[in-house]
Parts: sequence; structure tokens; C-alpha cells
Amino acid sequence: MLEVKEIDVFYGDLQVLWDVTFEVRRREIVVLIGANGAGKSTTIRTISSLLNPRRGTILFQGERLDLLPPHGIIERGVVHVPEGRRLFSEMSVEENLVMGSLYGEAKTKRRDTLRHVYELFPRLLERRKQMAGTLSGGEQQMLAIGRGLMSLPHLMMFDEPSLGLAPILVQEIFGMIRRINGEGVTILLVEQNVHQTLAMCDRAYALENGRIVLSGTGEELSANEHVREAYLGI
Amino acid sequence: MEVFLQTLVAGILKGGLYGLIGIGMTLIMGVMGIINLAHGQLMMVGMYITFVCFHYLGIDPYFALLVSMPALFLLGVAIQKYTLNPLIEVESILPENQVLMTVGIGMVLTEVARFIFSSDYKSVQTSYSSSSFFIGEISFSLALTIAFFIAVAFTLFMFWFLLRTDLGRSIRATAQDKDAALLMGVNAQRITILTFGIGSALVAAAGTLLMPIYYLFPDIGGPFTRKAFVITILGGLGSTVGAIFGGLTLGLAEAFGATYIGMAFDDMIGLVIFILVLIFLPSGFKRITKV
Ligand SMILES: Nc1ncnc2c1ncn2[C@@H]1O[C@H](COP(=O)(O)OP(=O)(O)O)[C@@H](O)[C@H]1O
Ligand SMILES: [Mg+2]
Repeated sequence: MLEVKEIDVFYGDLQVLWDVTFEVRRREIVVLIGANGAGKSTTIRTISSLLNPRRGTILFQGERLDLLPPHGIIERGVVHVPEGRRLFSEMSVEENLVMGSLYGEAKTKRRDTLRHVYELFPRLLERRKQMAGTLSGGEQQMLAIGRGLMSLPHLMMFDEPSLGLAPILVQEIFGMIRRINGEGVTILLVEQNVHQTLAMCDRAYALENGRIVLSGTGEELSANEHVREAYLGI
Repeated sequence: MEVFLQTLVAGILKGGLYGLIGIGMTLIMGVMGIINLAHGQLMMVGMYITFVCFHYLGIDPYFALLVSMPALFLLGVAIQKYTLNPLIEVESILPENQVLMTVGIGMVLTEVARFIFSSDYKSVQTSYSSSSFFIGEISFSLALTIAFFIAVAFTLFMFWFLLRTDLGRSIRATAQDKDAALLMGVNAQRITILTFGIGSALVAAAGTLLMPIYYLFPDIGGPFTRKAFVITILGGLGSTVGAIFGGLTLGLAEAFGATYIGMAFDDMIGLVIFILVLIFLPSGFKRITKV
């Protein structure tokens, strides 16, 4: 469904990704693990066209995403739930959700999707008139996910959704991601929370210093010597 | 007491128009993160269009809104698209350079106006230009009162637009977090162009509404750019609501200054406020995110 092929990405003259290649198949949960600064966010920001690869291509259902402007990505059914939530903090919860459904089918089905998101996250319904900036960390992450769902995505990319959340909320967020996957949405998840994500994914890739160094199923990576040492501290 | 009330009324009526000037500037500042130092000059262009409509075509200033606003919308769109946005593409160029560009545009507009219309004072003398009516002992300038209500109507419309439409929300979203807006499918570049167009159309409306009671010359833009700046910073702390508050504050300050200090000081008062604000409220430059 998504094929990232041999991309090199730079910030100015500074190269941060080298020859990164991976794929996400329909209905999978694929995890990209890696330490801080490995290039995980850069990778999904490039898929979202916020950055352009200097070399390589990105295909989604056969179409070149890397040739599209950033605002064209969500219309293709690819949505990015960014690191740090990036909500519109001075808009209400409901307005943030509406912002996820600006175009096409998502817009025409806005009311139904809104109802669905409120079913998934009753807390958001309770706080629908509240400014997003006043929500707690966990609620903000739910809102960021809800906003993404409003676009009726085929592929959802999450950048460290567990960052800064208490363990119980992390469980809840991961549970929700699995549930969304169960509803037919393909998932690309970027995480440092390696233990839990390897347990819930279909396949995983490890990114180190801007290069993919390992790939395999969740079990394979969990059992891998290097992963156990570098990420799981075993 | 009567003088006080009279001054209050004059200040509020003027303040409504200033609010309209301020909202345009505020929107541009919020979305682009720059101060548009050609704002008053754009208003001047709107005023000349009104003047031409009245003098050569016999169009009443209130109908001239239908000409000046679309014309300035297009001019604003062109300025953003062809002069400001290309500067963003060049990575080494700082946002300050966009501000400098607006200064240059302001000068060009002024000189073009001087070339076409000379430096002479122009005015639009309508049948109602000097009419007024009384409520109790207080007199209301008819033209200024009409202008006030039209300005209020435009302001309310802008609120509805920003709060209730997808396009308006996209403008606010772009001001709050541009990358997040891009991820939601907002074409941020188009939003900057649209915002500059809207801001220009609003200030043109203010200029047109002022025409029946004001005089016009090419250099009138500069003082109004300063006023717009003061309004934006005063209110500003950036919100659109703040711009209305800032507009009223400046309108009242000018009116009371003219009554109690002297007519000649009305522009100076704006400048004094401007300096005081820069000294005591430098945080007024905060990004504009609220409505
Ligand atoms: N805007 C930027 N400009 C320059 N370098 C950056 C920028 N953002 C990230 N980097 C660098 O790129 C590398 C990868 O960053 P990132 O993709 O954010 O890593 P991760 O998400 O895996 O923590 C890091 O070395 C980081 O310092
Ligand atoms: Mg990151």
C-alpha cells in the first residue's frame, strides 16, 4: 500500500536519512523503532511531503506522494498524527475535529464521522466546546487521533503517540490504535516504546542514524539480539 | 458633560472604522507573521478608486464599495502572490525582508497615486457629507454614522466567516500552527494569498466609507499605516476581537485629544500611544491566534 523506496533526506546540507526503504501493506500495523534522533519523524514528515526526498520515491497505492504538495496527501487518504499532537490550541475540541474533514468525502460525511469519533472518545464529547489547549495530555492525544480519523484515512501514521503519557494512558492509546486497525485502517507507528509496540505490530523496522538496519515481524525483532540489547535493555 | 458625550460619540464612530482597518492588518499579521506596512497605502488606493467612481462616473461612495473592495482584494492577492510569497521560497531570506517589501510596495503605491492624481487634495462632496442629526443634545454626523454601521456589519460578517466557515477556520488554523494546517490539507500558500486579499478589501472599505467626510492626497497612506499598526498592537495582543478594542481605543483617544488638547494633536496622540505601547507592551507582537 505504501512503498518508501531508497529515500535520502536532507535539512539544508545536513543529510539525516540514507537510502531508507520499507513498505506497509494493506491493513497491517507496521512499527518504525529507533532512538531519539534516528530520523523517525523525518521519515514520516517526508511521507507527508513536509520535506522532500533528494533521492528516491514514495508510492501510495501506486501514486507518487513525493510529487504532491503537503496539502495533497490527506486527500489521498494518508493522515499524519504528528509528534507533540500539534492541535489548534485556540480552537475548540469540535473545531479541531472539523479541521480534519475539510475535503471530499470526509466533508460530506462530517456529521457521521463526528458521531463515530465521539463514540470512540466520550471524553471529547464532554469537552467539545472547550479550547484544545486546556485539555490534559491524554485528552490532547485522543483529540489528535480523533482529528486524524475525521479525514476517513486509509493509512494513519502516528508519531510517538505515547510520548509524555502515564502508562495507563499509553495502554489506552495503543488499544485505540489496534481498534482503529481493526476497523480496516492501515497503521504506520513510530515509537520509542519498543516493548509494547513490537508486541502489537505485524512487522517492524529499526532505524539507526538515518538508516534501516533491521526488519522483520514483531516476534522476530523482539527475539533479535541487537534489539534486545539496544532497545529492550535485556 | 455635553462636550464629553459628544466627544465620546465621535470617538466610538471613528473607532468602528478603525476596527475595520485593524482587523485586516491583524489577519495578515496572524497568518503571515508579518506587519503589513503598506496597509494605509492600500486604503489610499481604495480612496482614490472611490474618488474616481464619484467624480467621473457619478457613483455614490456607498455603492463604490462594490468597486473598491473587489479591486483591492485583487490587488492584495497580486501583492501576496507575486511579491511576498516568492520571498518565502528563498530560504536565506528572513521574514523581515517581507516587511521591507511591504514598505517598498507602500512607496510605489504612493508615487503612482501622485503621478496620476498629483499631490492636490481631493474630496468627495456628497449631498450628505455635512449633514448631521441630533439625539438629545448630541449631534451625529450622518456620513460617519452610516459608515460606522456598515463597518460594524462587515466586522460581524468577518466573525461569522472566521468562526463558522471551513475557509475561515483554515485561516485561523494556519495562523495557529502552519504545519498542522498543512497536514489537515490546508493549502497554506493559498490561505496567505486569500488573507492578504481580504485584509486589503477590508481596509479599502474603511477608506471608501471615510471618503464623504475626509480629504485625500497621495501621502495619506503613511499616517493610516501607523494608525493600523497602533490598533493592531493595542488590541493585540493579536486577536481580531483585540483589533476592535484597539480601534475603539484609538478612536476615543484621538477624539478626546482633539477636544481637550487641540485639533492639531490628533495625529500626534496616535503616535504617542504607539510609542507608549512599544515601550510598555512589546509583547503585543505575540502571534495572532485567537479570533
Ligand atoms: N528542522 C531540522 N533542522 C535540522 N536538523 C534537524 C531538524 N529536525 C531534525 N533534525 C535532525 O535530524 C535528525 C533526525 O531527527 P528526527 O527525525 O526528529 O529524529 P527522531 O524523530 O527519530 O527522534 C536528528 O539528528 C535531528 O537533530
Ligand atoms: Mg521524532
